[in-house]
Amino acid sequence: MSRTATVHSLWTTAAAEPPVRIPAPHIEYAQLSPTLIVLGAALVGVLVEAFLPRRTRYHAQLLLTVVGLAAAFAAVIALAAGGFAGDKARVAAMGAVAVDGPALFLQGTILLVGLIAAFTFAERRLEPTAHGRPVDSFAAQGAAVPGGEAERKAVAAGMTTTEVFPVMLFAIGGMLVFPAANDLLTLFVALEVFSLPLYVLCALARRQRLLSQESAVKYFLLGAFSSAFLLFGVALLYGYAGTVTYSGIADVVGGTTRTLDPALASTTGNDALLLIGGAMVLVGLLFKVGAVPFHMWTPDVYQGAPTPVTGFMAAATKVAAFGALLRLLYVVLPGMRWDWRPVMWGVAIVTMLVGAIVAVTQTDVKRLLAYSSIAHAGFILAGVIATTPDGVSSVLFYLGAYSFVTLGAFAVVTLVRDAGGEATHLSKWAGLGRRSPLVAAVFAVFLLAFAGIPLTSGFAGKFAVFKAAAQGGAAPLVIVGVLSSAIAAFFYIRVIVLMFFSEPKAEGPTVSVPSPLTSTAIAVGVVVTLVLGVAPQYFLDLAGQAGTFVR
Amino acid sequence: MENLIGLLVLAPLLGAGVLLCGGRRLDRTGHWIGTLLAAASFVIGVVLFADLLGRPADDRELGATVFSWVPVGGFRADVGFQLDQLSMTFVLLITGVGSLIHLYSVGYMEHDERRRRFFGYLNLFLAAMLLLVLADNYLLLYVGWEGVGLASYLLIGFWQHKPSAATAAKKAFLVNRVGDVGLSIAVMLMFTTFGTFAFGPVLEHAEEAGEGKLTAIGLMLLLAACGKSAQVPLQSWLGDAMEGPTPVSALIHAATMVTAGVYLIVRSGAVFDGAPDAQTAVVTVGAVTLLFGAIVGCAKDDIKKALAGSTMSQIGYMILAAGLGPIGYVFAIMHLVTHGFFKAGLFLGAGSVMHGMNDEVDMRRYGGLRTYMPVTFVTFGLGYLAIIGFPGLSGFFSKDKIIEAAFAKGGTEGWILGGAALLGAAITAYYMTRVMLMTFFGEKRWQPDERGELPHPHESPRTMTIPMIVLAFGSVFAGGLFSINDAFLKWLEPVTGHAEGHSPVTATQVTAATMVVLVVGFALAWAQYGRRPVPVTAPPGGLLVRAARRDLLQDDFNHVVLVRGGEHLTRSLVYVDHTLVDGVVNGTAASVGGLSGRMRRLQNGFARSYAVSMFGGAAVLIAATLLMRAV
Repeated sequence: MSRTATVHSLWTTAAAEPPVRIPAPHIEYAQLSPTLIVLGAALVGVLVEAFLPRRTRYHAQLLLTVVGLAAAFAAVIALAAGGFAGDKARVAAMGAVAVDGPALFLQGTILLVGLIAAFTFAERRLEPTAHGRPVDSFAAQGAAVPGGEAERKAVAAGMTTTEVFPVMLFAIGGMLVFPAANDLLTLFVALEVFSLPLYVLCALARRQRLLSQESAVKYFLLGAFSSAFLLFGVALLYGYAGTVTYSGIADVVGGTTRTLDPALASTTGNDALLLIGGAMVLVGLLFKVGAVPFHMWTPDVYQGAPTPVTGFMAAATKVAAFGALLRLLYVVLPGMRWDWRPVMWGVAIVTMLVGAIVAVTQTDVKRLLAYSSIAHAGFILAGVIATTPDGVSSVLFYLGAYSFVTLGAFAVVTLVRDAGGEATHLSKWAGLGRRSPLVAAVFAVFLLAFAGIPLTSGFAGKFAVFKAAAQGGAAPLVIVGVLSSAIAAFFYIRVIVLMFFSEPKAEGPTVSVPSPLTSTAIAVGVVVTLVLGVAPQYFLDLAGQAGTFVR
Repeated sequence: MENLIGLLVLAPLLGAGVLLCGGRRLDRTGHWIGTLLAAASFVIGVVLFADLLGRPADDRELGATVFSWVPVGGFRADVGFQLDQLSMTFVLLITGVGSLIHLYSVGYMEHDERRRRFFGYLNLFLAAMLLLVLADNYLLLYVGWEGVGLASYLLIGFWQHKPSAATAAKKAFLVNRVGDVGLSIAVMLMFTTFGTFAFGPVLEHAEEAGEGKLTAIGLMLLLAACGKSAQVPLQSWLGDAMEGPTPVSALIHAATMVTAGVYLIVRSGAVFDGAPDAQTAVVTVGAVTLLFGAIVGCAKDDIKKALAGSTMSQIGYMILAAGLGPIGYVFAIMHLVTHGFFKAGLFLGAGSVMHGMNDEVDMRRYGGLRTYMPVTFVTFGLGYLAIIGFPGLSGFFSKDKIIEAAFAKGGTEGWILGGAALLGAAITAYYMTRVMLMTFFGEKRWQPDERGELPHPHESPRTMTIPMIVLAFGSVFAGGLFSINDAFLKWLEPVTGHAEGHSPVTATQVTAATMVVLVVGFALAWAQYGRRPVPVTAPPGGLLVRAARRDLLQDDFNHVVLVRGGEHLTRSLVYVDHTLVDGVVNGTAASVGGLSGRMRRLQNGFARSYAVSMFGGAAVLIAATLLMRAV
């Protein structure tokens, strides 16, 4: 039969028979409840924007966000307590989403980070009041042209962008799915669901709006570019395996699958597709974690975005993206470990070194923290490369520890202000310790944690990761890691020296007294940093129990 | 009963904590709190002593493990106490003399603003010293050892406004560090050899370790003892330590802390018994020091420094006895206890004299004080008779035994050691008579102090005289009591063991010889200081006298050999540090900085170049992945 005839007969058959009933997908709502609660809250948030009067929106949105995140966190705890982190771990939603230890651990972390970040989003005491109304760090009206008439009017009307709360919830929703995604399409959809809201959030700074918009556009362009890589990689992997599910691809890689899709017979098992596709998916994920050489967006975006958004992004995105990376490498590609490990070695080494070295000459505290986050991405990659159960649990622990330090550090950055808003240039931080010893001491704690000094969570995390890497046969990586930690310690401690041992400048910035919201965020950051530093064992055990991926 | 042992240490420790942290509120009562807690410790000690006496002689050992201190894998150290006859003897000496000196200090330090702090330090010392003698393992002993060092440092430098006191404290601390390093090495050697620090196993299995190991451990222990007990060659700090308040000199630098070295050697007897070379080193150190200290004591005009030289010399006797092995252990400890009484008494007497003489210490400016300070004169005089070994008094019994034991060592060695001990006894009689004559006899040579006031000597208050009287009783009767039926020997024997030596001379001959040298020493001193008036300014003196005044050139020796050498070493190290190490460090820092600056330029702000970087990165990543497969 010729090709046209086949097509024709298909058409005619379809027309003659009654339409096939598409079976309704089986969804385990209870097991997906954390994501569903957050997305539901986001939808309600959109409705709040539409129907509530402007005066009440702020409080309604804040309440909704906090309740939604707390409820989702409770759901995660309930699932973990119900055994889904252990024996009952399973794949839900027709194979699209995994409910297992790593997923629940990371979701819990993301939700807590989101909750704390929501506090910093809601801070309204730092900015001077606009026409008698308290405002937050977001633009009065996102769509208004910076410096234009519309903006002036929006400010005069006391408008605030309370949309940030539902937008943030959407992002969190995507992040919750990202590390749990169990097929490549879900992975991609989740990526876009959390990326797009972040692009929007980046553009919403109240001060220095042009810088903020520039950062958003850069982030968007480069993000789209990396998504393209990822998507193309997905296509190639589909061509290789004939399926997009993680377990299906893993079976083909491992050579255990028997059934072949006849349409893909010519490409199935073609290793070139696997290698190129795998590498391209990795590129997409490495972009999100900010690994060198896909890191160049990080400093610009971290600097331009509103600082609460930077803190949220730096903490939560990293957790979600590393979760996805872990699952991809441990579930899909363990069979080709010998192919990706050397490459990832290279990436990790370059990331650690570049992050640490370039940070040395930074003069802006937000850019400094951006490079520091790049270096930390390298440290975490060292744990990822270990490919042992210890590697997984150490990365989980590190992510939890690191995200709270980051959140706290950026929250402190929002406090140090002068007439132009936040004073992020390092020269303005000179002598801060003499003027505001408490704030400077708190920031010093965070810096010491970044540097990995004992009795802070940074040390416990770094130790766990390096130990796992060394036991996993990556000793050279550990050596490079320690060396770059030494370089990194230089610039963290330089800031401490600057704060405590320099004379304060006469026209230096002042430290604003925040509302209890930001204070809570900072306090939680300090407490978590110290508790995980002094008594990390319980949390290491927790991460260890949550270290098994479901297939 | 076992639980009481912990309390023994805890009481003064509590005192130290309360007094040092209590603040000004305790300024008015603090000294009594300190004294009370010291006395409480003494009472507990007496109760425990009574308990021990009630037991059969071979069962007089109490032990208590308080908690596990460092449980790490195969490394295990406990905070545990061991109370046997040896520890008990020290406990009674430390708490007894300690309580008396606390009481004395109430009067002596009456006008000092920082009296509360002083008592806090004194209590701290008591706690550390008790820990030292009660520990059941070497590591915990080391804690006490460092603790007494700290207390000693704090108390020597108590009048820190005086530069000389601050320097003396520093000197004592530094010299002691040398000894402490010895102890720490000994402890480490013990751990590697025996796998434990506990006295029991270490001393039981000492013989199995082999002579080489034991000699090494023994020499390190000796180094430690030299530091703490001011023995040659680490003796230089003791004279300067007299800068501390006199009660401190009496308690720490005469009666208790400086005898810790003797305790260490006697306690580690099993180690030394297996290492004859180390024992030879011990007796050599003892013999040299007993002469060294005595000679220095002859030349000093400062009453406290003369007594300090005497302390050094008397501890030399104890170290000598301890180095003789089982024939000497008991007598080392016996002399230690009697010395604790009479030397503490002598120092308290010296303090009482200074108290009455506007803190004047130069004996050439004393004279004729016996009628002005009768109690001080009598108690000091009894201490004097005891130390020179006047028949029937404490020193007579204990020192004679040591001289006998030295002869009993046998051979040439025995003759040398015995001779040195006898010569020491003669010099002791000489310098102590000199002190006695210059202070209490002769005409008044009092000089106005810096405010231009002539001193008005007077008897000290009760709080000061009572301790002196009690100690004088000890100086007179302790030796005799100990010797009735060899009571002290029988008491200590189960712990230290005892052996009779084969002396080439009989006990009677030794006693006779001692009497002769005593009389000779006394006569010489009388001829020089009793018959003739004492010049107020010291005569220039011969070469030996001048050397002895400079502590036999100990500081000059240390300066030339150690300080100069150390300076050269430091300078060359600093040079290496500056050029080589700093060069590498700064060079690395500069190159990282330069690299950073260059790499920073890649971050040019253009999204297009960022995209290029990503694209290139992706290409490399893919190529590398493919290449890995190809290889």
